[in-house]
Formats: sequence, structure tokens, C-alpha cells
Amino acid sequence: MAEPTIKGVLLDPIFNNNPIGLQILGICSALAVTSNLKTAIVMSIALTLVTGFSGMFISMIRAQIPSSIRMIVQMVIIASLVIVVDQFLKAYAYGLSKQLSVFVGLIITNCIVMGRAEAFAMSNPPVLSFFDGIGNGLGYSAMLIILGIIRELFGSGKLVGVTIFQTMNDGGWYLPNGLLLLPPSAFFLIGLIIWALRMWKREQMEKPDFVMAPNTAEKEAY
Amino acid sequence: MEHYLSLLVKSIFIENMALAFFLGMCTFIALSKKVETAIGLGIAVVVVQTITVPANNLIYTYLLKDGALAWAGLPDVDLSFLGLLSYIGVIAAIVQILEMLLDKYVPALYNALGVFLPLITVNCAIMGGTLFMVERDYDLAESVVYGLGSGFSWALAIALLAAIREKLKYSDVPAGLQGLGITFITIGLMSLGFMSFSGVQL
Repeated sequence: MAEPTIKGVLLDPIFNNNPIGLQILGICSALAVTSNLKTAIVMSIALTLVTGFSGMFISMIRAQIPSSIRMIVQMVIIASLVIVVDQFLKAYAYGLSKQLSVFVGLIITNCIVMGRAEAFAMSNPPVLSFFDGIGNGLGYSAMLIILGIIRELFGSGKLVGVTIFQTMNDGGWYLPNGLLLLPPSAFFLIGLIIWALRMWKREQMEKPDFVMAPNTAEKEAY
Repeated sequence: MEHYLSLLVKSIFIENMALAFFLGMCTFIALSKKVETAIGLGIAVVVVQTITVPANNLIYTYLLKDGALAWAGLPDVDLSFLGLLSYIGVIAAIVQILEMLLDKYVPALYNALGVFLPLITVNCAIMGGTLFMVERDYDLAESVVYGLGSGFSWALAIALLAAIREKLKYSDVPAGLQGLGITFITIGLMSLGFMSFSGVQL
């Protein structure tokens, strides 16, 4: 692999190596907080900062961490950062932190943070690790914000609480699609986004285990 | 008794960890290709969840809650901001202890679970169970029931998904949807099915 550059580690995870679309990391929270755009944005910012800074701190002390207890050390650093974020939200945006409920705490067990700490920060210098964390956070954010926009706009006709489509209940024309506010819609949307992403970047497609044999029987239809 | 039974049913079906709260999705998708491994992992999650939720409940009630340190002569101390750090520490420690115990006394189960046991530390379903327990103020008995129920709900979901995926690999899926894409859509449909429980009042 070529020497990683700041620009490379920052931009690569957004399209080419999206943590949600390709690496199957950090899906839990991606689904639960996206039923409206505001929580999706707050969650994205929180996760991006935690991933960036945890990468930086872990990378700073990477030479001192004995490999047998590295998981615990990483966990402690990540958990401390998440506590800071959690307390900050409780202090300045209490309503929002109630809405996000347990999902801020769950950033600790978000696989993106652990995954980047383990895969990148343990073997690269601090500045680069910081930007790698930010890049992966942005890849995650991109997915979250796309989902948030689709779900809130078509599910309730609003964006960040501002009415875009006047709904029928308020005397407008738009009949909101309630399914989009329910959990299953997030799964369908992610599935479809992955499909679109893979039609664009064809090298990301997975090989099927079995391929249908072509129909070699005589053409009975004639 | 009835209260606990309804809590159990509620945590298994209505508030299914994987299909209603999307917790533990990473492992849920990554390790659901075979029914056998899925069931092994499911059992491990049930065991860990049933131990960690009550353990964290004790820690929260007697050490961290506002005024919880009154027994030590410190009634004004509120350590609840240390919650996240302590819970994850407890989970990691219990998983580690469980791993050593199983290795020593039940090697068959230990070998069957293999690499999945340490992975449980970072499974959000475990952490999520604890956080929900704290948020909803369960007492000790409730948290035992809730731990069991939520662990079982996750195990049930992963076993079901694995069974579907085993069949799914013989079907003709469009190239771009192959693998991850179709798995998401399958989970969506399952989740839609589980939503029908949500009208049940207990």
C-alpha cells in the first residue's frame, strides 16, 4: 500500500471505502438516530470528533501500550472522550441528549471507533491518525445525513423541524409516508444506497457463492 | 410474578434488541452466514447479558447513582458521569473472566464459541442493555429478567437471519445487491414482521 497522505485518509473513506457501505462498521447507531435530520447531524459530529481524537491520542501513546492490554487501554481512552461528549450535550442541549438517549453512550462500542484505533492508529503517527479518524467519521456522517434527509423529508415533510412539504393534516398537499419514520425503512434505504454505490463503484461488488447456470434446455417456447 | 413475565415477553418480542433498536448490528450481519455459528454466538450473548446487566445494576445503585455512596458516609457524591467508563470496564472484565472459566471447566463450549467470546465486549447489544436498564431505572430483579430477555431476543434474531441467509445464497440476486445489500433488505423485512408485535399491550 502507498504511503498514506492526509488528503488520502480524509477523502478515501467517504466514497471508496465507506465504513457503513463497505466495511460493515457502525451500523447500529446509523439506523436508530436517522428518523430526523437534527439528531443525525448531532450524532455525526459527535462520532467524527470522537473517532478523530481517539485516533490521535491512541497513536500518541501507541509505543507505550503493551499489546496484551491494548484493547482495555483503547476502551478507556474512547470511553473518556465519549463521557466528555455526553456531559457536553447534557449541559448545552439537554432535550437533544434525551432524544439520542442511549446512543451517545453507544459510540463507545461503535465498531468504527474501535476499528480505526486498532487498524490505523496503532501503526501510524498522531496527525495522520487524527485525519484518518475524521475521514472515517465523515464517511459515516455522509451516510447518516443522506438517511436523515430522506427519512425526515418524506416521512414527515420537514427538514430540521422546518416544514418543506405542507402535509395533508395541516391543510397542505403532501401525504407523509409513515413507514419512513419506522425502523425497518432504514434497513431498506441502506440496502438501496449500497446497491447504488456498488453500481457506481463496481469493484466493491461481492462475488456470489453460487451462480445460476444458464438455461441450456431446448427453447420450448418456440 | 406477572410483572416480570410481561417484562420478559416485552424485551424479547416487542423491544427486540436487533430488530427494533438495531443494536449489535455489526456482529449481527458479519456472523450470520451459518446457523451453527449464529446459535453459538447467540448463547454467548444470552449468558453475558444475563450476568452484566444485573452486575452493572448493582454498581449503579450502590456506587454511582446520586447519593448512592451514603453507606460510605458520602451522601452528596454523584458519580453518575463515570457510568459509561465503569460499565464498559465491567463488561470487558466479565467477558474475560467468563472466557477463562469456560476454558478451564467447559472446554467444549469454549471451543465452540471460539473467537466470538472476546468480540462480545464490543457488541453494542450488551452495552445497550445496560444503558437501557439505567435509563429505565430497573431494580435488581427486573434487570435480571431484562438481561435474560434482551439477550434472548438478540439470539433469536441472529438465528432467524442466519437461517434465511443460508437459503438466500442459492437465489439469483442482482449483482450490486449481492451480499450486504440484500442482507439489509432481508433484515428490514424481518424487522417489519417484528413490528406487528408492537401493538401487543402487556
